[in-house]
Amino acid sequence: MISTFTEWLASTSGSIALHESLYMYPLVESVHVLTLCVFVGMAAILDLRLLGLTLKRVPVSEVAGRLLPWMVAGFTVMLISGVLLFYAIPIRSWHNVFFRFKLILLVLAGLNAWVFHANIWMTVKSWDLEPRAPRAARVAGMASLLLWAMIIVSGRMIAYNWFDCDQPHSHAIDVLGGCDAYPKH
Amino acid sequence: MLLPYIQAIEASRLHDVISTSTWAFAVIESIHLLALAAIGGAVLVVDLRMLGFGLRSQPIPDLARNAYPWFVGSLIVMLATGIPLFISEPTKCYYSYPFAVKMISLVLAMIFAFTIRRKISTAEETRISPVVYKLVALVSLALWFGVGAGGRWIGFSG
Repeated sequence: MISTFTEWLASTSGSIALHESLYMYPLVESVHVLTLCVFVGMAAILDLRLLGLTLKRVPVSEVAGRLLPWMVAGFTVMLISGVLLFYAIPIRSWHNVFFRFKLILLVLAGLNAWVFHANIWMTVKSWDLEPRAPRAARVAGMASLLLWAMIIVSGRMIAYNWFDCDQPHSHAIDVLGGCDAYPKH
Repeated sequence: MLLPYIQAIEASRLHDVISTSTWAFAVIESIHLLALAAIGGAVLVVDLRMLGFGLRSQPIPDLARNAYPWFVGSLIVMLATGIPLFISEPTKCYYSYPFAVKMISLVLAMIFAFTIRRKISTAEETRISPVVYKLVALVSLALWFGVGAGGRWIGFSG
């Protein structure tokens, strides 16, 4: 079903135009990469604050509150540029194992942020000034750092065709990349 | 002028190891990217503060001192991974316009970061005018943007 969608998407004129453009695609790619500094950079500062590794004397709620608008802005730009990159190369991306792995990691990072906000964050007033946040918050901070690091690495790896369906590949890749549905032409 | 050195690097053992390996470039490049996020955060948090955004209730010198070890640490990782990336394709870099932009921006950005920006950002806040803070932040952001954008564009020009 998704393959039908990606094949349709790849045949749209906008997708072809972006894919074949001389400057637009590299521009979108550059925006996507450089916005890392805004989104992951700011998120990392909050995570490190939770772990007690930086800004120890600044209340956690202040770090989170002041940096959140930048994280939201950065994430929005990353999301839009990321969707555009997928739009330009839908079929290959969908069947790329690193792309699939990245999607799973993104869901996990979202879940981690949600669990953090719905639970330990509720009591932030009682540990706001602690140089090191309580264990649950530190676990969330560490998980966030690790997940985003893996997201960056898997995102970078999408560029390589080592495990692409149209390359010689193992049975495991066949399954993980859903190569059965990969168009044969 | 630099071409003989480029050719020497091209003929070196390290060049062969990285450029013939399937994984080496990708792994080094990934670490380079991780450090980009870290250095981006460390630079941005201080530059935004000097522009009047972000952690506005915090004194600038405190923030600058807090960010400094993360800045230096990630810069070291950037250089330690950037150099082998260069060694793996020196001739391409030598003829690459974006690479030249990146190197010039990098040298200027580092000089600026360790001299003027460091001095201004750690000085007592009452002694620095808001205009000076803003100017320093804008120059810093522009120079590091040149490094990042130039770096990304090296990959498109080959």
